[in-house]
Amino acid sequence: MTDYLFSRHPLENFLVISAALFVLGVYTIITRRNAVSILMGVELVLNAANVNFVAFSQYMPGAGIHGSMFSIFVILLAAAEAAVALAIVIGIYQNFGRVDVDQADLMKE
Amino acid sequence: MELEKLVWLIPLLPIFGFAVNLFFGRFLPRIAVNVIACGAVLGSMILSWVAFGYVRHHAHDPGFEGLISAGLPWISVPGTESAWGKVLAEHRLVIDQLTAVMILVVTNVGFLIHLYSTGYMADDKRHSRYFSYLNLFTGFMLILVMASNLLLMFVGWEGVGLCSYLLIGFWFEKNENAAAGMKAFVVNRIGDFGFTVGVLWLFFYLGSEFQVWTLDFREIGRTIAAHHDAILPSVMTGVGILLFVGATGKSAQLPLYTWLPDAMAGPTPVSALIHAATMVTAGVYMVARMNFVYAMSPTAMTVVAVVGGLTALFAGTIGVAQNDIKKVLAYSTVSQLGFMFMGVGVGAYAAGIFHLMTHAFFKGCLFLGSGSVIHGMGGEQDIRKMGGLKKYMPITFWTFLIASLAISGFPLLAGFWSKDEILWKAFDAHDLKIPGPVIWSMGIIAAGFTAFYMTRLVVLTFFGEPRYAKAEEHHDAHGGHGHGHGTPHESPWSMTVPLIVLAFLSVFGGFIGMGAWTGLSNVFEGWLAPVFGGHGAEPHKVPPMEYVMVAVSVIVGLGGILLGLKVYLWDKGRAAEAFAQKARPLYELVRDKYRVDELYNAVAIEPLLATNEMLGRVDNIVVDGAVNGAASVSAAVSNRTGYFDNEVVDGLVNGAATATQTAGRAARRLQTGHIRQYLTTALIGGLFVIAAFCLWLNRAAFQGFLGLN
Repeated sequence: MTDYLFSRHPLENFLVISAALFVLGVYTIITRRNAVSILMGVELVLNAANVNFVAFSQYMPGAGIHGSMFSIFVILLAAAEAAVALAIVIGIYQNFGRVDVDQADLMKE
Repeated sequence: MELEKLVWLIPLLPIFGFAVNLFFGRFLPRIAVNVIACGAVLGSMILSWVAFGYVRHHAHDPGFEGLISAGLPWISVPGTESAWGKVLAEHRLVIDQLTAVMILVVTNVGFLIHLYSTGYMADDKRHSRYFSYLNLFTGFMLILVMASNLLLMFVGWEGVGLCSYLLIGFWFEKNENAAAGMKAFVVNRIGDFGFTVGVLWLFFYLGSEFQVWTLDFREIGRTIAAHHDAILPSVMTGVGILLFVGATGKSAQLPLYTWLPDAMAGPTPVSALIHAATMVTAGVYMVARMNFVYAMSPTAMTVVAVVGGLTALFAGTIGVAQNDIKKVLAYSTVSQLGFMFMGVGVGAYAAGIFHLMTHAFFKGCLFLGSGSVIHGMGGEQDIRKMGGLKKYMPITFWTFLIASLAISGFPLLAGFWSKDEILWKAFDAHDLKIPGPVIWSMGIIAAGFTAFYMTRLVVLTFFGEPRYAKAEEHHDAHGGHGHGHGTPHESPWSMTVPLIVLAFLSVFGGFIGMGAWTGLSNVFEGWLAPVFGGHGAEPHKVPPMEYVMVAVSVIVGLGGILLGLKVYLWDKGRAAEAFAQKARPLYELVRDKYRVDELYNAVAIEPLLATNEMLGRVDNIVVDGAVNGAASVSAAVSNRTGYFDNEVVDGLVNGAATATQTAGRAARRLQTGHIRQYLTTALIGGLFVIAAFCLWLNRAAFQGFLGLN
């Protein structure tokens, strides 16, 4: 199945999809004020990077499974990051009654 | 354990008792404190008898120098003499014949006084502390007499001084008592200074001249004997007189005797201990112990004998006009100590020590008796307010009477033998700078006075009509006894038993030292002969003069007693009052103790205080002026440097701080706290970097595009 996929498409296709995902993620992070939405954007950015890893791993001679391994690390890291970040979001919610990141600016003073 | 180690227990047992009672006495019942204190002294007493038996058994061994204890080096310098180097002083005790006598007196009389104290101090609130001090006193006295060298002796010497301070000022709630304690200590220190200088002089003289660096008595004695002809008599005179200055302080001789009458401020058993068993006998013992020094210097001996004789006479006259029962006894002690010094001063060391011993018996008895009287009278000490007590206190009366007769030199009692021996030896002295009869005459007059005032004391206290009814309101001088004061009463057994024992000794204790004129051998003198190097026990022909002298002193003693009876018993003191009226200035002078305290006050203390004040003023004006001047100069300088510091140094620091603050305030604007803003900035920045990187990678094409090539 994967052989089929990769043999049918050149590397550029994957890179375009990855770049699109990345830009969408960044756009989400910058434009959204809701902390949960921002987290979703972050997930998009991370998965853009994953696609890049896997693609390069497949298309670069001698890369072996290193790229795939990195993508698995990133998935794990994303899970951990989501757990910590959601805990922080809940903390913000308890303190401010909402999850608007613009409001959590007390450290400014 | 061997005897040479057990010997250490003699002084250490009382010191151990001291430590136990000091630290744990408060938590123990009174009976336990009593048992510990008395038991410790009883233990040393038994060991003293054992040691005495040993010395007695070995006294005739060739080269016997006494029971020598195990020792530890104390002060040593590098050398090859032993594993410790050259030992200058060591912790070692020696019991020779002289020390054996002393420790028996100290422990036996000391034990009786401890026993007595359990009755006398039964109700005192600092009961355990009292007994711990009493034990310490005994322990230090034992160290003093048992030490093998001058330095260890000095430890005991200072120790008894300390204990006298603690015990004389024992009832320190009253200011006079505390002051009396301090006076005893300070006056003793003056004497100790002379003693220290004498010891050091002797040490350096023997060391530098004969290469014998030692403080050990036996070695000093051997060195002096070996270099008999090379030693400068003038040095021995100096050393002897300086040592004697120490003795005048400790043994209350002219001119340093003033502390002893004041020492009556302490509890009465303490007075007994100081006067009979410890402390004041230390000076006599020291002079006797250093006899080899005095033997080299007739001048020093003359000084000792004359000071002793003058003190005996001087204090004897004061005793006549005192009205405090303890003060009379105090001056009597000073006077009797004068006798002892007269004895050792004329070279009759055995007689001096013999009198020391008999004096311990009868003076101990007298003081304990007076304590019993004071106890029975509920604290009254003024003999004018006593009288007729023999009916109420028979045991106290009889023992007191016997001891008074003994001290007065009543024939065949202890004091008679010892005093007679001294007087005869004084009369017979040839080696002194002044003729012996001069010293003898001082002694015989003093003996007459002694008989007179002791009779007066006994008559006023025990005979006649009671005069204490009117004294009832002033009975609490010693407070805390908690008895009814209506009628005097006999004291408990713990107080009367010591009295009886001491009275017994006052009667029979003299028979071991009977003079040569009796035709019997003088056991005491023979016993001490090895220490003093005399011929002692050898029978010699008695000069007829000696019989005359004995007769004279008997007549003087009995005459004093009869005169006392006549004046105070049969005439009810009318003649005395008439005499006091007629010769009022003289009477007042004697009653005020020749105003010696006032003299010292005017000559020594006032000028000292005036000098203090003057120096204080100098200090205020000159020294403080200089200090203050220096202070204001430095204050002015500080002002200038402070200005510089404030303006320039702080200016730099503050400037740096202000600059940082301003910069910080400007930079703060960047920190809005909005995450999205940060991210946007970071993104734009990142894009710029990437764009720049791409441009740099393709710079050739770009340059072509711009037409720069």
